[in-house]
Amino acid sequence: MTPQASFMILAVIDPQREAQLRQLLASMNHAPGRADPNNALIPFEQFDTLHFARLLIVDDKTIDDIRVYGLTPSTYPLYLTFLGDIDGDRDTFLEKLARFAPTGLRSIFSCCEGFTSGTDLVTWMKQHSCSSAAEYQNWPGRTVRRAREEAALHEALEGYIKSNASAFTGVPPREIHAELRRFISKQTSSGQLMLSVEDPTPPDWSISNSLHKVGVPLLFLIASPILLPIGLIGLVRLRGLEKTDPELCPRVDLAYSNDLARLEDHDVANQFTAMGSLKPGTVRLWTAILVLLVIDWFARHIFTRGRLGRVRTIHFARWVFLDGKKRVVFLSNYDGSLESYMDDFINKVGFGLNLVFSNGVGYPRTKFLIKEGCSDERKFKEYLRRHQLPTQVWYYAYPGLTAVDLEKNGLIRQGLESPSLSDQEASEWVALL
Amino acid sequence: MTQSEVDYSDVQGLVRFGYKLMKEASYVLLRVKNVAAARSWLRTASVTSAIAVSPPPSTAMQVAFTAAGLKALGVLDPVLAGFSSEFLAGMTEESRSRRLGDVESNAPSQWDWGNSANVPHLVVMFFAEPGRLEAFMKSSTGKAWDEAFELLRCLDTSDLGSIEPFGFVDGISQPQIDWAQERDLAQSQIYYSNVVALGEFLLGYRNEYNKYTDRPLIEADTASAGLLPAEDAPEKKDLGRNGTYLVMRHLRQDVRGFWQFISQQVGGNAAEVDKLAAAFVGRTRAGDPLAQIQKEAIPGIGTQPDQIHQNQFTFDQDPTGSRCPFGAHVRRANPRNSDCPGHPTGLAQLVATLGLGPKGFRDDLMSSVRFHRILRRGREYGPGLSPSEALAPALPNDPERGLRFICLNANISRQFEFLQNAWLMNTKFSALNKESDPLLGNRQPIPGCPVTDNFSRQKDEGLRCRVSGLPQFVTVRGGAYFFLPSLRAIRYFAGAGNT
Repeated sequence: MTPQASFMILAVIDPQREAQLRQLLASMNHAPGRADPNNALIPFEQFDTLHFARLLIVDDKTIDDIRVYGLTPSTYPLYLTFLGDIDGDRDTFLEKLARFAPTGLRSIFSCCEGFTSGTDLVTWMKQHSCSSAAEYQNWPGRTVRRAREEAALHEALEGYIKSNASAFTGVPPREIHAELRRFISKQTSSGQLMLSVEDPTPPDWSISNSLHKVGVPLLFLIASPILLPIGLIGLVRLRGLEKTDPELCPRVDLAYSNDLARLEDHDVANQFTAMGSLKPGTVRLWTAILVLLVIDWFARHIFTRGRLGRVRTIHFARWVFLDGKKRVVFLSNYDGSLESYMDDFINKVGFGLNLVFSNGVGYPRTKFLIKEGCSDERKFKEYLRRHQLPTQVWYYAYPGLTAVDLEKNGLIRQGLESPSLSDQEASEWVALL
Repeated sequence: MTQSEVDYSDVQGLVRFGYKLMKEASYVLLRVKNVAAARSWLRTASVTSAIAVSPPPSTAMQVAFTAAGLKALGVLDPVLAGFSSEFLAGMTEESRSRRLGDVESNAPSQWDWGNSANVPHLVVMFFAEPGRLEAFMKSSTGKAWDEAFELLRCLDTSDLGSIEPFGFVDGISQPQIDWAQERDLAQSQIYYSNVVALGEFLLGYRNEYNKYTDRPLIEADTASAGLLPAEDAPEKKDLGRNGTYLVMRHLRQDVRGFWQFISQQVGGNAAEVDKLAAAFVGRTRAGDPLAQIQKEAIPGIGTQPDQIHQNQFTFDQDPTGSRCPFGAHVRRANPRNSDCPGHPTGLAQLVATLGLGPKGFRDDLMSSVRFHRILRRGREYGPGLSPSEALAPALPNDPERGLRFICLNANISRQFEFLQNAWLMNTKFSALNKESDPLLGNRQPIPGCPVTDNFSRQKDEGLRCRVSGLPQFVTVRGGAYFFLPSLRAIRYFAGAGNT
């Protein structure tokens, strides 16, 4: 399999050039927030290993919230971030980016501090890369090519069934399967349809993935004699903090919310970015670090088949610490509208949501870290919306396809590639069509 | 926290009753012309409460306001700001239209009323037993009314005998409101129940999240003296308490188009016509569900034989959609699910919650329905047309027919809008593809999916049957979000200028 990776370039915007940068970003779109896939600056479409990409100006409107703790807010620079989810490794992709879109990238990055005409693009991008504290991929191993090929396969099957509808009525599932197998094999041998074989898994990735799988729990185990007592003290302390940490969930400014909404619901999938400051103190910081470590481990090794917990609508998601772990940004690509996304989270993985986000300043009050919190639905929704940032440019490699569609197309292909199915299997397979 | 009983004399009757015996009704959309006169009319208006009387009244009047209407009445901005953002922004905000499917021929710019050119300020709904409506309306309006209001539209309704214009028995399934507030809202719901928290339909009470939905809580002063205190903040007055939001949509139904399309699909075979139409809806025209009636009782559906016969079902017994298609209207509008597929309890519930439980492809495709229920109170308009009459081509000036859709809910975005967006209009509902609600869908392409006009009927053995090229049967002709206040809040609005 080809593993997926991510990149995230983060650079301080030259205040003199912010307006110019905003103009440049807008020029990449065919509609507000939605990238022209073949825009002149970064023709995303030409990168056939790129799933999602976005560029946004990291303009945190909630910096002052930390004042509820009597602290003076730090001054943070305005950042530009360019991130994406890709097949293969990060460095190869960055090199490809630099090779295919040097002019566009240069004109964008020249709005950032420290980027001059003499700067080496690849080196600079690597220097300005930041890694995620936790990442989730809907289906590790599903490449852009595979997603597209399987969608085309499903389309071809639908087309064939439609034009031969009478030939399929009353036919038992196993015969349907056999007939469709014959059709597809003709299509593939004539080159009308492509179903590529999976590339071998890079050995270094396999090794590091296995090491991570075993290593993280092992480290926890080894450190447990120290971690457990510290953790216990930490938990007692946390419980105290929970009772007194102020909530900050005022109603979102309607105009701000409407501006965000204008960028949403044009496709079946949407982008989401939210950021905020961590609550002050070591206990909260370490809670956040540990929780994200655990989430990352589960996402990498357990939740690898289309579900983050019970949620089936997330394509990619990541949490990234910024500014010396004082702030956190969460970025995701999800299906459906924000309202249903938030409902899914609250109702299906509320405990996980609380574990992570309750370390952010102002989060609705939790109980024992996992209870309550987001179940105060209105407060939580206001909180999330208030922390949300507009994404200036968003690219999506397979418009119109949800994560569930991709899973279904994968199952269709899988069934089709089996020479014969049992009656039961054939029935279930035919039901996917 | 103290939970108080509902004071029915403060609640508008429509929340509790459908006024079925009052077969005549008219919804009058108004704009405030003269604020003082409008307030004075409101002060004396006899708005019908939810108190049960015997014999039931023969007439009823209900009043609801849009955000623009409350502003026109002089309600102050800080008070207004306490209402939900959906209500304040209104149904026609551009991004909202996209989510609701109000685009192209459904777009607000095409509407007869409710778009920026003609936003109503209030709707006065009149209900009366046969033959009494005209006199009732006359006696309720008069000089003060003429002085106060400018008539925007008078939306008439017609009594088709509990049959909606396409010819199906309507209004069979309604949530049962937990008026007594007996349900334990702290527990997750293992099995589908039709009993829904009072706070889902009435502001000021606990909702399905065991919380109070946001609403305007205002300072106690002389102007607000007549309002009830907030249960969750007793020092404040609760302007929302005993009120709710009312969503009104004027839906034109192409009854001829509907039956002609179906007939053409099955080559005119009468039995097949009925079958396909029933598949679209998920019920026969008489109202019998296609899904199988279960033996186990379902809380809140009633115990009468016809209630059991029509509503004692979930879709658990039909996991393949072979009885009731996944995309059938009733399955989209109310999937009758619970909090977690498979109804796990104890350890299994914990395992499922952690996402480590069984994972069938069709599991967990949709949200738990208890957070997305609405109370429907709409009425039909236009003359009836039977399916066989509908097959004849329309004569010139064929009258318009359809539904004056009304629903009540405490949280427009989580209830009405979610239902409309994530379930009815969604072309990806329940892992389907290229199809939206067979009745309500707008058939508009979306990026990456040029085709959204299919409808699939799943089979147990063999390939699904797919109908393609569904025309748009329902067109939105108007709509607005209203606040249906308590009687105390109406008096507060009537005196808004005193502050």
